[in-house]
Amino acid sequence: MSEKELRALAVWAYRIRRLSLEGICAAGCGHPGGSLSCAELLAYLYFHEMRLDPANPQKNDRDRLVLSKGHAAPAYYAALALRGYFAKGEMRNLRQLSSMLQGHPDMRKIPGVDMSTGSLGQGLSVANGMSLAARVAGIDYRVYCIMGDGETQEGQVWEAVMTAAHYKLSNVTVFLDQNGLQIDGPVSEVMNNAPYDEKFTAFDWHVIPINGNNLAEIDTAVQEAKREDSRPTAIICRTIKGKGISFMEEQCSWHGAAPSSEQAIAAFAELDAILAELEVAK
Amino acid sequence: MALSTREAYGQALEALGHKYPFIVLDADLSKATKTDIFAGSFPKRFFNIGIAECDMMSTAAGIASCGNTVFTSTFAIFAAGRAYEQIRNSIAYTGLNVKVAATHGGVLIGEDGGSHQAIEDIALMRVLPGMTVLVPCDEVSTEMLVELAINTDGPVYLRFGRFPSPPVYGDKGISFTQGGANVVGEGEDVAIFAVGDMVAAAMQARAALLEEDISAAVIDLYCVKPLNEGLIAQWATHTKAVVTAEDHSVIGGIGSAVAEVIAENGGTKLIRVGIRDTFGRSGKPLDLARHFGLTSAHIAAACRDALTGR
Repeated sequence: MSEKELRALAVWAYRIRRLSLEGICAAGCGHPGGSLSCAELLAYLYFHEMRLDPANPQKNDRDRLVLSKGHAAPAYYAALALRGYFAKGEMRNLRQLSSMLQGHPDMRKIPGVDMSTGSLGQGLSVANGMSLAARVAGIDYRVYCIMGDGETQEGQVWEAVMTAAHYKLSNVTVFLDQNGLQIDGPVSEVMNNAPYDEKFTAFDWHVIPINGNNLAEIDTAVQEAKREDSRPTAIICRTIKGKGISFMEEQCSWHGAAPSSEQAIAAFAELDAILAELEVAK
Repeated sequence: MALSTREAYGQALEALGHKYPFIVLDADLSKATKTDIFAGSFPKRFFNIGIAECDMMSTAAGIASCGNTVFTSTFAIFAAGRAYEQIRNSIAYTGLNVKVAATHGGVLIGEDGGSHQAIEDIALMRVLPGMTVLVPCDEVSTEMLVELAINTDGPVYLRFGRFPSPPVYGDKGISFTQGGANVVGEGEDVAIFAVGDMVAAAMQARAALLEEDISAAVIDLYCVKPLNEGLIAQWATHTKAVVTAEDHSVIGGIGSAVAEVIAENGGTKLIRVGIRDTFGRSGKPLDLARHFGLTSAHIAAACRDALTGR
């Protein structure tokens, strides 16, 4: 990808961050930390890589995303809204009774959501199912799955990792959002489950470790994954939880809390400054 | 020789596989659940997920999300029990076309014992919004209900037994519908609502009671959810007592379902025949039936007790 294309995607990543924050602040609750850490992944998928049509969300041969770490819903919804699946203004109604935007992704209510998630550990199984459906139907689409590092404490994740390798689901690509933190503390302290690379490799996956907030590295990794024809790929993404808002970065406490009005003002100022810089550089 | 409902399921699945394009998953129990019959004819539409029931349920949801109908099979305790939350969040909450076809329900599965004898699966499944719960009692009703499941939109839980079941339905003339129930024996004094193996036992009880001049109706409550509340209320009003019979706990299964309806409709004497809040244990089915109070004699006794108001 060219510098220009990368910068354009960086703008989308920060727009996703900003719109996520708008939703979380309006709701007074939500999950900023894990939403912010995967903004580059979502920008890359929705504004560069995935074959989609917002006018036809159920298109049978579309590429699919399972946001297995469903609590990152604010960022997911922001990406979908910016991509044209629904009006951006709806983000102001996040988590309200009157809104379609549920606290965790709901495929029955929200256009563009390929699977309802929120209960950790189930998404990769679902992604595998989508891949098997493609095989039976003889259709060619790719299935992406974003999961958290804490999430891989759930045993079902490893059941699904076995299944993907056993059935050679090479069109399944996992992004492991390794931001190192969970609710009760760093993953290494609560229930250490590193190293991820060796674990996936032992299960017969192709593994690519990258900086998950670096769009050029995401691009290289995804294109490499697409060249695999007999193994699924796990892209292990070192990310920063809360990335983009200085006082949220690397903090467990920002997993699931909304900023106060003062904090929000500071946060928006930071994001807008970065966006301004990126727009000028474009 | 009568088939077991699980064998009938396996055969029906294969036969229907020629008519409908569904996909089937199993968790290393296909020889027991009989999905291996389908797998033999349609290897490209069958996927063994191994001993990983939670993975299997969410995988089924993924396949279904792409416009497919999916059957997933394992033992009832592992389907409704172990993978409960996957069914709840990936299948029921999403309303996807996954048919959880669970075999080996109840204590009458025999020697495997308490860890395997599901006494709570109907309770677990019926409390899920949007879940249709179907319990066939013999070979004919199995064929009809498996096809009904395919033609029912959304999640379905089917519960089969292990051992051969005596036939209840003579031919395929009777209809089976979502929200339906079938009167398999007419009567006026007491109404027996039964599911699964207990339907045949209830018919035997009915015959015995007839010799004592007690007229018992037997209703096959094959669709536990959505429940035909009107029919239950009607029978409760027009008979003097109601008895329920199931190879399942008396807590949360059809006994509770019927009690809920009767209580809201003015009440009548009800006695629940079933597992009285205890785990199962190993034994031969006939011994277990006597031990756990699941014979036709127990059902007949419950009818007499219900009529004398005990």
